[in-house]
Amino acid sequence: MEKIGVFVCHCGSNIAATVDVSRVVAAALTEPGVVHAEDYPYMCSEAGQAKIAAAIKEKSLTSLVVCSCSPRMHEETFRAAAKKAGINPYMVEIANIREHCSWIHKDMEEATAKAIVLARAAIQKVHRNVPLFPGESLVTKRALVIGGGIAGIQTALDIADAGYKVDIVEKTPSIGGRMSQLDKTFPTLDCSACILTPKMVDAAAHPNITIYTYSEVEKVSGFVGDFTVEIRKKARFVDANACTGCGVCQEKCPSKKAMSEFNRGLSTRSAIYTPFAQAIPNVPVIDTEACIKMKTGKCGLCQKVCQAGAIHYDQKDEMITEKYGAIIVATGFDVIQLDAYDEYAYSQSKDVITSLELERIMNAAGPTKGHLERLSDGKAPKHIVFIQCVGSRCDDHRGKSYCSKICCMYTAKHAMLIRDKYPDVKVTVFYIDVRTPGKNFDEFYRRAVEEYGVEYIKGQVGKVLPQPDGSLLVRGSDLIDNRQITVEADMVVLAAAIEPEKSVRKLATMLTASIDTNNFLTEAHPKLRPVESPTAGVFLSGVCQGPKDIPETVAQAGAAAVKAIGLLAKDKLLTNPCTAQCNTLLCNGCSTCENVCPYGAISYDDQEVNDHGKRETRRVASVNNALCQGCGACTVACPSGAMDLQGFSNRQLIAEVDAICR
Amino acid sequence: MQELVARLKELLSAGTVDRVLGWKRGDSDWNPEPAFFTSVESLADFVYDGFCGANLSKYMIEATAQEGRTAVLLKPCDTYSFNRLLAEHRVVREKAYVIGVGCRGKLDMGKLRKLGMKGIQHIEGADAFAGDTLTVDTAYGKKTCAYQDALLDRCHVCKGKTHVVYDEVIGASADTTDMDRFAEVERLAAMSPEERFAFFQGELSRCIRCNACRNVCPACSCRKCVFDGDSFDSAQKANVDSFEEKMFHIIRAFHVAGRCTDCGECSRVCPQGIPLHLFNRKLIGDINAFYGEYTAGETAENKNPLVSFTTEDREPGEGRNA
Repeated sequence: MEKIGVFVCHCGSNIAATVDVSRVVAAALTEPGVVHAEDYPYMCSEAGQAKIAAAIKEKSLTSLVVCSCSPRMHEETFRAAAKKAGINPYMVEIANIREHCSWIHKDMEEATAKAIVLARAAIQKVHRNVPLFPGESLVTKRALVIGGGIAGIQTALDIADAGYKVDIVEKTPSIGGRMSQLDKTFPTLDCSACILTPKMVDAAAHPNITIYTYSEVEKVSGFVGDFTVEIRKKARFVDANACTGCGVCQEKCPSKKAMSEFNRGLSTRSAIYTPFAQAIPNVPVIDTEACIKMKTGKCGLCQKVCQAGAIHYDQKDEMITEKYGAIIVATGFDVIQLDAYDEYAYSQSKDVITSLELERIMNAAGPTKGHLERLSDGKAPKHIVFIQCVGSRCDDHRGKSYCSKICCMYTAKHAMLIRDKYPDVKVTVFYIDVRTPGKNFDEFYRRAVEEYGVEYIKGQVGKVLPQPDGSLLVRGSDLIDNRQITVEADMVVLAAAIEPEKSVRKLATMLTASIDTNNFLTEAHPKLRPVESPTAGVFLSGVCQGPKDIPETVAQAGAAAVKAIGLLAKDKLLTNPCTAQCNTLLCNGCSTCENVCPYGAISYDDQEVNDHGKRETRRVASVNNALCQGCGACTVACPSGAMDLQGFSNRQLIAEVDAICR
Repeated sequence: MQELVARLKELLSAGTVDRVLGWKRGDSDWNPEPAFFTSVESLADFVYDGFCGANLSKYMIEATAQEGRTAVLLKPCDTYSFNRLLAEHRVVREKAYVIGVGCRGKLDMGKLRKLGMKGIQHIEGADAFAGDTLTVDTAYGKKTCAYQDALLDRCHVCKGKTHVVYDEVIGASADTTDMDRFAEVERLAAMSPEERFAFFQGELSRCIRCNACRNVCPACSCRKCVFDGDSFDSAQKANVDSFEEKMFHIIRAFHVAGRCTDCGECSRVCPQGIPLHLFNRKLIGDINAFYGEYTAGETAENKNPLVSFTTEDREPGEGRNA
């Protein structure tokens, strides 16, 4: 007979203010098998754990139920406490009476009744618990960084410096990411390329770093410490080893009308191209959609002019399979599509642009060679209006509910740079709030207003009206003056909201990492584990987790690297013993579980079974416990109930349901 | 039928197969029984006519576990079930010799009774391949009806005349579809929850839990059914009300979801006339709506939409396809 101890935590007032803990204790004591129950303000504290240890000793407890916060919070704590006191750690069950109960209820009666039911369910479950013993798995000492922007580069450099091998997978032809598209950076106004390029070079030259550009992650299997990843290296049609990066092919290419992705479609490029001058690797790719040779079979000029003989039109995609111990996601962001914001006339006038497009216009390598001009007629603008929060802090379905965080600062930067270089250009900024928390940020913004005379108007713009003469009428409200105003401008810049890279959704599915409703990857804990994904071995770097500026991104990239290094430094990991098991007597051999297993942990073979004295050879499932992660997919797919999850057996779950429905 | 019997004799005497799984004459014209024939002589009792509705594929689990090869007669719709069993590794393809038999729709005694025929003694015209009229000798005299008017419900939503797996085909088949397969499901879906509950309560309260539906179902082929096991403490439990068997039927429908070929055997064999196939058909309709048209058993691949994942899959809450 089990001797069960029940420990009810107050969690200060978190639980005790809504749940009458003494009644939970009293109710637990009426359950068969419960020989001890008590409550304490903080069960997770030293003193609380000491109480558990004392009760185990005194009452010879065989299993524990702790009524407290979510098991994601302190299950490990209480398992460790049980282990220290001599009980198998898997004889502990948590009844979550905080997140599932006290935090979501207001009425004490209701919450107390529910807490009692939750405790009862855990007691019924623990009656059916059996001791479990973890195994060990080896750690592959290599990390994968997905995304080669500043976040990915920084993470890779930090891991590589710690002595571990790192691969960067970048889907575009060069590393560098969004930061390479920026002209200057706030709050110091130093040139983006000047600080990024050395890091790109460092990454390329680092003996521990391998960079796969123009490549994408195709498949991920395995688990923490032992991931197997398939990477598709797309055909560049240029032999990276032979290419000298001379650039003649790009000069001679007769197809020069393809849109430059790097310049946000504001200029054109050749069909064979490197996205920008400092690209790493400095090896061009052929855009098959634009290449005349690919489309018609006639041309081949680049191949003729290439001294190195590096161009191969028959190059095929290459698949690389590699093992990794840790995976860091650093997929970054893009700006949202502005189709839904037609009131700002983005699609009607060439002189309504996004801030990222302005970055390219301001940049010496950009479409206007760094000269500020209207894209419609090349004339110098006299009055530029900036509109903030286009799609950010938006309460309808068109935009995003969150603050994109970087726009206030880069707009102040743009305004200041323009006023500095072109003092006769008037700059007006329409804003909802100016948000400048950050070191030297507010001072930066105040400089824009006070020293550079940028006009800030608190209010939103309702409409931008392109005029026949090419000017733009901007209608908005001035909330401080409390009046509607119309401003005549000749250029409008939209601070479009940022959103996670589209590809992250597919990637999150491959990694079984969770994403929120805005497609940002979810962290394991919003405060205490901000760079770890809830999926063990998967870490988050940069904007894929939430909007960030460059300093924050670099800080988080370093933090993600540290977490990955902490994992790679281990030789072995303890495996989760809550794995699936097959009852071979019930197994039909249908292979359904094998199909649904995301970890490839199930295989089928012919085994001799003794079915009540009848010996026969049957095709049955067997589970590789080192690979099984205990997700339970097989147990629900199995039609005969042969698959069962240790620690979450069918019997245990039914007992819980029965206890709740009692 | 002569051609069929001649071929079976040939297969048996040549030793190509060790036994034949078919139908033998029953005690009346309208209830031929599934049977194994191991010799040319035993084929004297063999029959294949309009009343051979039984789907023989499930018997092949046992048959292919034995020594030797078994010839099995499968109608076009039965071959879907056979493919499912192949997909789930329940039958051994090499030990089966699949004869696809032609089918022009099978007959339902219930339909004759519904037409007002009582005291039926003898039926003529139920040939598997020819004749438009059934002549029925009843205690009250001779009656006739069109073959077409006595078809099983499932034949009005026929799967088509194609055998999806076979070694040889004997006899012509016809597609007998003349109704919308999901009409009844849609009628139920349009009801208010209360009406629908009342409908199923009325139907399922008649269940006597004879397990005929489970035993005949080719998808219900578990070595040990969860309802007979001891892991859920539900075996041998006494019912608290007449509607409790709903749990059995709902759980069974979920267990066969994605695997059910809609062969309709459950409803055909139910002694209480409960339209059990409606549960399965509702789930099939949902699978089609959520994941695109899917016909279980069309191939021998064990990848039904409910146990496979693609990144294009519908997200929870996204609703059905239009």
